[in-house]
Amino acid sequence: MEQLLYKRTDYIQEDKVSGFCPGCMHSTAMKVIGESLEELGLVDKSVSVLGIGCCGLHMDYMAADTTTAPHGRACAVATGIKRVSPDSLVYTYQGDGDLASIGLAETMSAANRGENFTVIFINNGIYGMTGGQMAPTTLVGMKATTAPNGRNPEEHGYPMHVCETLDKLTAPHFLVRTSLNTPGNVLKTKKYIKQAFQYQMEGKGFSMIEIMTSCPTNWGLNSIKALDYLEDSMIKEFPLGVVRDLG
Amino acid sequence: MARTFMKGSEAVAEAAVRAGCRFFAGYPITPQNEVPEYFARRLPEVDGVFVQGESEVASINMVYGAASAGVRSMTSSSSPGVSLKSEGISYCAAARIPMVYCNFQRGGPGVGAIQPAQQDYLQATKASGNGGFEMMVLAPSTVQEAVDLTYKAFDLADRDRNPVLLLADGVIATVMEPVELPEMKSDEEVQKIRDSKYSWACVGHKLDYANRSWIQPGQWDTVKMQKENEIAEELYKSWEKDVMVEEYEVDDAEIVIASYGISARIAKSAVEILRKEGIKVGLIRPITVHPFPYKSFENLDYSRVKTILDVEMSIPAQMIQDVELGVKGRCPIETCLVSGGNIISREAIIDKVRALVGKEA
Ligand SMILES: Cc1ncc(C[n+]2csc(CCOP(=O)(O)OP(=O)(O)O)c2C)c(N)n1
Ligand code: SF4
Repeated sequence: MEQLLYKRTDYIQEDKVSGFCPGCMHSTAMKVIGESLEELGLVDKSVSVLGIGCCGLHMDYMAADTTTAPHGRACAVATGIKRVSPDSLVYTYQGDGDLASIGLAETMSAANRGENFTVIFINNGIYGMTGGQMAPTTLVGMKATTAPNGRNPEEHGYPMHVCETLDKLTAPHFLVRTSLNTPGNVLKTKKYIKQAFQYQMEGKGFSMIEIMTSCPTNWGLNSIKALDYLEDSMIKEFPLGVVRDLG
Repeated sequence: MARTFMKGSEAVAEAAVRAGCRFFAGYPITPQNEVPEYFARRLPEVDGVFVQGESEVASINMVYGAASAGVRSMTSSSSPGVSLKSEGISYCAAARIPMVYCNFQRGGPGVGAIQPAQQDYLQATKASGNGGFEMMVLAPSTVQEAVDLTYKAFDLADRDRNPVLLLADGVIATVMEPVELPEMKSDEEVQKIRDSKYSWACVGHKLDYANRSWIQPGQWDTVKMQKENEIAEELYKSWEKDVMVEEYEVDDAEIVIASYGISARIAKSAVEILRKEGIKVGLIRPITVHPFPYKSFENLDYSRVKTILDVEMSIPAQMIQDVELGVKGRCPIETCLVSGGNIISREAIIDKVRALVGKEA
């Protein structure tokens, strides 16, 4: 007897070839989002607001409604969409430069208002698309094209912990940091994303899933070594787990 | 129909609501604070949404979002705030998202002066953001006209799937005048307008790559990008039919004043007085400053018209660049200008015209 064990998600268009670098986790992240939406029966209601950066490449590959926000403004665009379409499932998908640098005001303000949408925050510690410049999340000592000697706290300050910062606000409902570095964590990430989407459909307000990922290309590491760096350095600085869950 | 005594900024907001605007996001800035304040009270009454954005940058992007979801949406600001919105305006133009915004102009660069001025003409008409896009720019000279143009702006925006700008000033924002308000669109009409955008609105469609809503403020592919720009150019060219202009006492005029918005209203009253003195003076008042009524200047009989007098509340003069394109060097263009938030005086215009015809007061 044949048994269906796994099926690729229709959320990602079958005949599109993704342009992400080998070992990049953007594809896995979107796969997990697509599976979550399908399992919850929400694909046809979903609207994504993509940030500018490698995040934005998804627009070509996904089969569902999507917009691209100006760099950093995804949380403002999502506010506009969700407020006039409360029945839609709205999520933003943003990199660390987008969400935590140029878009910090929009991120904080949407969280502070308790906007009823979900933020998927891809934290790879660096600017991907523009070629490896320093991000607010770059680790101390980590080299970037604009910090050639590595991040120096005296000059650049320390990596920004967005989940913990948003945890100081009263309104956010669900804040969690996860990763895609192991099959177990991929499953966990999916569980968190589904939880966040469910909270949104219940009108519970703002949630953010921060996903620690690698950027082999701009870290200057091959895919395997990038995984090691993600585990040994990035996740040490940015511990995984639920930061807030108001249930 | 009954007339209501209303402040300009509130009348503009009410006209927008009556046109079916159901989303407004804005950030406080003088002289238009009453616009967001009015929407904050009014929109909940009609199941609309008001959001005080954390900045002008956020506000325009909220409008980009709400309008992408098919709802008639608006934002409003004054000069420095409008500059902050320019990236978002450009995104709306690129993604062909209809929305309406207002600029109640200030008196100079930087934080400028909060008093009435016309210092943003070139920004408004030539480059309200990066990328060479264009918008229709409507310039009211009375509160009634501001109301009528706001109402119309939403239709134009939807017709073209393009942003429309209402270019006003601190007089229009703060003066109170009797106005006849346009008809309130019913909930059914408002819903119908939204439904008509369903095919492209980002609200969640059945999973289908070819027919999904894909709001695209740009292209990776250079061929596609050029194509988009060419399609946009066709639209911009089609606006020649939409030119709105008031020509007042121009038929036998030897001196023709070129002026828009609040300064044109003052210039018009100067024309009335000068005509009584037997001076042959007229006024061309662009109502759409973009598309600009070049024809009104091209078609003048330059064997009769001796001088064009450009009257603006801007130093340096800005609209004069468009006037020159219409006049094409066929007669001299003089100016009568104030700036910095000073309102142009009727006497200054009258004195200038008298001097031009060599007549003492
Ligand atoms: C206003 C503006 N400033 C700068 C850029 C250039 N830019 C494009 S992507 C990007 C950084 C993206 O980095 P990140 O947000 O970390 O996303 P990733 O590429 O890593 O997914 C920048 C600075 C832009 N498009 N718009
Ligand atoms: S540059 Fe980095 S984030 Fe972008 S696709 Fe390549 S690996 Fe992924």
